[in-house]
Amino acid sequence: MTDLSFTAIGHDDWSLHRKGPADQQRHQQKIKEAVRKNLGQIVSEESIILSDGQKTIKVPIRSLDEYRFRFDHSSGQHTGAGDGDSQVGDVIGRAGGRKARGAGRGPGEAGDSPGDDYYEAEISIDELAALIFADLGLPNLEEKRQQELESEAVQFVDVRRTGILPNLDKRRTILENIKRNAAKGDPHFGGVIRDDLRFKTWDQRVEYQSNAVVIAMMDTSGSMGEFEKYIARSFYFWMVRFLRTKYQQVRIVFISHHTEAKEVTEQEFFHRGESGGTQVSAAYELALRIIADRFPPSDWNIYPFHFSDGDNLPWDNDLCVSLVRRLMEQCNLFGYGEIREGYRGATSTLMSAFNKIHEPKFMAVTISDKKEVYPALKKFFHDRAVPA
Amino acid sequence: MDDPDVAALEAALGEIWAIARRFGLDPTPTQFELVPAAIMYEFGAYGLPGRFAHWSFGKGYYRMKTQYDYGLSKIYEMVINANPAYAFLMDSNSVLQNKLVIAHVLGHTDFFKHNAYFARTNRGMVESVRLHAERIRQYEFDHGTDTVERFLDAALAIQDHIDPHLRFAAAPPTPAAPPRTNPGSPYADLWELGDEATAARDQDAATRQAQALAPARFPAAPEADLLRFLAQHAPDLALWQRDILEIVRAEMLYFVPQMQTKIVNEGWASFHHARILRELDLTDAETVEFANLNAGVIAPHRRSINPYHLGVKLLEDIERRWDQPSPELQARGIQPGSGRAKLFEVRELENDLSLLRNYLTKALVEELDLYLYERQGNEWIIVEKNWEKVRDGLVDEMTNFGNPLIVVDNADHRRSRELYLVHRHEGRDLDPPYAEKTLAYVQQIWGRPVHLETVLNSDRVLFSHDGTKAARTEL
Repeated sequence: MTDLSFTAIGHDDWSLHRKGPADQQRHQQKIKEAVRKNLGQIVSEESIILSDGQKTIKVPIRSLDEYRFRFDHSSGQHTGAGDGDSQVGDVIGRAGGRKARGAGRGPGEAGDSPGDDYYEAEISIDELAALIFADLGLPNLEEKRQQELESEAVQFVDVRRTGILPNLDKRRTILENIKRNAAKGDPHFGGVIRDDLRFKTWDQRVEYQSNAVVIAMMDTSGSMGEFEKYIARSFYFWMVRFLRTKYQQVRIVFISHHTEAKEVTEQEFFHRGESGGTQVSAAYELALRIIADRFPPSDWNIYPFHFSDGDNLPWDNDLCVSLVRRLMEQCNLFGYGEIREGYRGATSTLMSAFNKIHEPKFMAVTISDKKEVYPALKKFFHDRAVPA
Repeated sequence: MDDPDVAALEAALGEIWAIARRFGLDPTPTQFELVPAAIMYEFGAYGLPGRFAHWSFGKGYYRMKTQYDYGLSKIYEMVINANPAYAFLMDSNSVLQNKLVIAHVLGHTDFFKHNAYFARTNRGMVESVRLHAERIRQYEFDHGTDTVERFLDAALAIQDHIDPHLRFAAAPPTPAAPPRTNPGSPYADLWELGDEATAARDQDAATRQAQALAPARFPAAPEADLLRFLAQHAPDLALWQRDILEIVRAEMLYFVPQMQTKIVNEGWASFHHARILRELDLTDAETVEFANLNAGVIAPHRRSINPYHLGVKLLEDIERRWDQPSPELQARGIQPGSGRAKLFEVRELENDLSLLRNYLTKALVEELDLYLYERQGNEWIIVEKNWEKVRDGLVDEMTNFGNPLIVVDNADHRRSRELYLVHRHEGRDLDPPYAEKTLAYVQQIWGRPVHLETVLNSDRVLFSHDGTKAARTEL
């Protein structure tokens, strides 16, 4: 019987073989595309918004599904094998909710649980932010910043042999002189000639002030519920992140108001509910006072935003309009967001008053659903046509 | 693995072959390769080296590799049904681990060579797959990678729906010519008036006439092979698209016997790797390592069937029962000591379904503590331990490879070339969101509106997709 078996065992070099990683790269690309298409939904994703914005959390995103006709795993019966003493009624596992997503998910179950696809590709929140901001078309704002906040700073940048006497760099001049004398054999300071002189020259540098302050105002009257607060929070989260990529320093001032306004902490801003009526002008007046006290417009880019559900005291609206005009004189833009869960009849009294304002710096949007947060962001930041 | 180890392994290879032969195995010549873990996982994800590129393979590769990196699972062996066969060993495994893998692989290649369900597989598949990949690359070059990828996405979504028995379908029987009596006397037809045969013939003629008037049904009988049907009959497909459908079908067809015989094949290989390794001269440390490894491989799983476990136990049970036949078996003519012969018969004739139906006994179900479980609320609960129900449940799970049976019922629905698919519901509902998305892929291939009739929660439901949006209606 001829022996056909191979007696050697192959042991080649596979280090250049990249097929698996190459296809995985394509998979990652497709995930990024899918993310881009779904930014509207991801932007208001709870696990991002409700996090502490400082930490970089990983946002779990499902990998691309491979669709096929398959049975619903939750229905029907399946087989398994036990240790030897299983009884009818034994619980052999708990079904993890399909929505179970958490930051930093650990390794999933191996092999023996069919059906649920636990694999999740991850994209860090910075990458996500980059995607979003790229989509928002941000450079428009820089134009404004340059115009408003140039400040001149003087810096000595060069040392030359010619210049004016007030700019004489004495130390270097002395050094040069000693060097020259030493070269002749006699190191000492004396006999300064023109060649020894050194002058500092200066350049006028334009340094851009890179500070921004967001004045976040929110209506905390009884009519603002959890949903409204959540929408406002989503919005502020992304706005602050965006501004942080553009400015060195971003401060946020929180003002909450009902019939009166006061400055609060972030915690109180997002969590404390009030009751009572709504008088928006109080908030705007407080904002103006704070700007006058602490944030001179020459040094700060100011972004006031106000979120409300629109039910203002009717006689207050005209005052609000004039206050808004005063604010806009000092700020980069003024944003107003009206949050209405489901459309309730006619536009609010406040929005109808604002409809009279036609200024490029003024932007108003209505948000009635999580999905509209992203378009609202886009509107605030993207539609600022830069004059050629 | 360094060179002295490789040399030791090669020496062991010769020994293992000899022992395998002594046990009566007759494996195909097998080329073994030591590869790094990443490559092993890649082949695991693709199934065959050299297959066309697709992101789903990348995803599978990444997932398996991640599980390996986290120490959660390990592929030990990868063997390809071909002639000569190829087998891959992880070069980060110990020598003993690879010895076990070699023994296990020889069991597999023996099985591939002799089992009836593999009789017609393409043993040059590695080469075929490479040619397929080249063609697809050419299409990508001609038509753009995105276009080809989108089409591949659709083709792969329905790749499970092929009919491996298509080649055995006989030509449709020609209608039997009605029997004619000998036209002897001129009055012969009078004798036939009360005759049953005549009555039947007249009725046949009537129905045939009625059928001729009615529009012909296309397809004449429901078609289970979606890929082939679409490749041949989808209107408006370019040749390259039909080719891709046929390529996907051919590659899936190649894997079908392996899917059909998972339990019996793994059982066969595990049965022999244990016996072969016991014949080798192992050190004490190696013996312990082997015992651990073996135990891990054939351990039972709580929520699914481990084919290694079930297969080995079944085969051992068969050997025992045929070596010491009970009175009933003896009455059937089984001779004592015929265990080995019986096993070889099983290796040749059985697939998983037949193995379970024929050889899974009440005693075995109880000894292995097999059960059926289902979801109630948020928990998975055992609901059945009766052996016949458990066996039937196992068989059910494996029918049609665990995939729902979808057939083409009518390719000219509403006389406007709409495709009407039917899900043959046999007790388990489809996963609705997946069904909708997959139907969208079918529509992409068919080009015209498509429908899928199924049953959800005991209601007849019709999914539809017309190219722009999906719909669901009650029937």
